[in-house]
Amino acid sequence: MSAARRDPIAYARDDDGMPPSLVPDYRSTVDRSPRQPLIAIPPTLTETTGPDQWDRLMVGPQGLDLTAQHKGVPQGQRIIVSGRVLDDRGRAVPNTVLEIWQANAAGRYIHSADSWDAPLDPNFTGAGRVVTDAEGRYSYVTIRPGAYPWGNHKNAWRPGHIHLSLLGPAFATRLVTQMYFPDDPLIEIDPIANAVPMPARQRMVGRFDIKTTKPAWALGYLFDVVLKGRDETPFEDDHHDH
Amino acid sequence: MTTEIAVEDRESAPRLDNQDPSIFGQTPWQTVGPFFHYGLPWKGGADLVGTSDMGARPDLFADEHYVLNRSSSTGTPDGVVIELAGQVFDAKGVPILDAMIEIWQANAAGRYASVDDARDDAPLDPHFIGFGRASVDADGVYRFRTIRPGRVPGPGNTLQAPHLAVSVFGRGILKRLATRLYFDGGDGNDVDPVLCAVPEARRHTLIARQQADGRWWFDIHLQGDRETVFFAL
Ligand SMILES: [Fe+3]
Repeated sequence: MSAARRDPIAYARDDDGMPPSLVPDYRSTVDRSPRQPLIAIPPTLTETTGPDQWDRLMVGPQGLDLTAQHKGVPQGQRIIVSGRVLDDRGRAVPNTVLEIWQANAAGRYIHSADSWDAPLDPNFTGAGRVVTDAEGRYSYVTIRPGAYPWGNHKNAWRPGHIHLSLLGPAFATRLVTQMYFPDDPLIEIDPIANAVPMPARQRMVGRFDIKTTKPAWALGYLFDVVLKGRDETPFEDDHHDH
Repeated sequence: MTTEIAVEDRESAPRLDNQDPSIFGQTPWQTVGPFFHYGLPWKGGADLVGTSDMGARPDLFADEHYVLNRSSSTGTPDGVVIELAGQVFDAKGVPILDAMIEIWQANAAGRYASVDDARDDAPLDPHFIGFGRASVDADGVYRFRTIRPGRVPGPGNTLQAPHLAVSVFGRGILKRLATRLYFDGGDGNDVDPVLCAVPEARRHTLIARQQADGRWWFDIHLQGDRETVFFAL
């Protein structure tokens, strides 16, 4: 090993908008959250690197239009979701993959474990991938997902949401989140959305946008995703002599 | 008698959303929920060595909804092929049936297939990417086929013991849980800078053990007496 090697530059730690692991209102967290504190480790190459050849792993069509994966047109409100993937200093994250999955317009997943008595749509799967361009931009077409009931508590309903998964540039930047819709009254009574403190919770609420709405075709929503950025605080070389 | 109606207040209340610069910051984590199987794992995602269907759960949805394909064949990487398996347990010791595991690791020479590992003292392997994803199966067991990683530099002039970075996802897990898998008897386990940052009594939770059949077994306990060590990154 070269003695002149410099330690990798760390990524930012979680900011104060992250949910805790234990949120008793979201019952499944009670038996599935660690009780010991997380142990902070120094940044090593393991955490500051990540797979940048994901296209060799996940081959297949990029799902830019989730309404065009089957023979017919799916039921529901067609929407265009677009935005940018940025780091927490506002710098673009290019060429990164967003994986998307969601319920159909009636709030039903194609998953066999989804027992909600709403119709499946033979023309809608609700899964796809898009890749950001050089400016970190992405865009995809889908159907606005419906709300659905779940067993967390009496009369529990999830607000309509789109699940999003991003690798980002490093192991440390991994993110899975959900995008919500601005006119949805269920957000404020949803234990999963409410796991995130205000005002950071509102970072997950997309904005209706008339400029990206296509006349007589689809409503436009904007949603930027912000990943951890590298902490570029200079090394404290000045203090090494003290 | 007067009634004040604070219409102005209501109208001026800012409508905070994703696009509002005043709340710009890291997008918060949310759980993958129970229904990620048709959106995240792909056929071969858990096979870093060859081509197989390992990692995916197409049994959980109809075939016409399998829109995600298998990994491309990359050829056989250098190194010792290993199989990893284990289960994810909740606080009651019950295996979780809707968990997903990801791994990230160096190649046999200790080099990451990433632009951010720019060293020239360890070769890339054109046949090894080092990232894998596996849903647990119907019995709650995850499996990977990969190669045993080489040693990677740590902070300063330290050298890390062979290890994999591991992420745990699932219903009820709001934020990815990050841990590491080390190998029982691995070179340098006793001086590894990350392992040494863990209280000695809990280090065993990060050590995979080799079974009689040759597989490396690594259980993850989310809570309880045997709670796995998870890291703040
Ligand atoms: Fe969901």
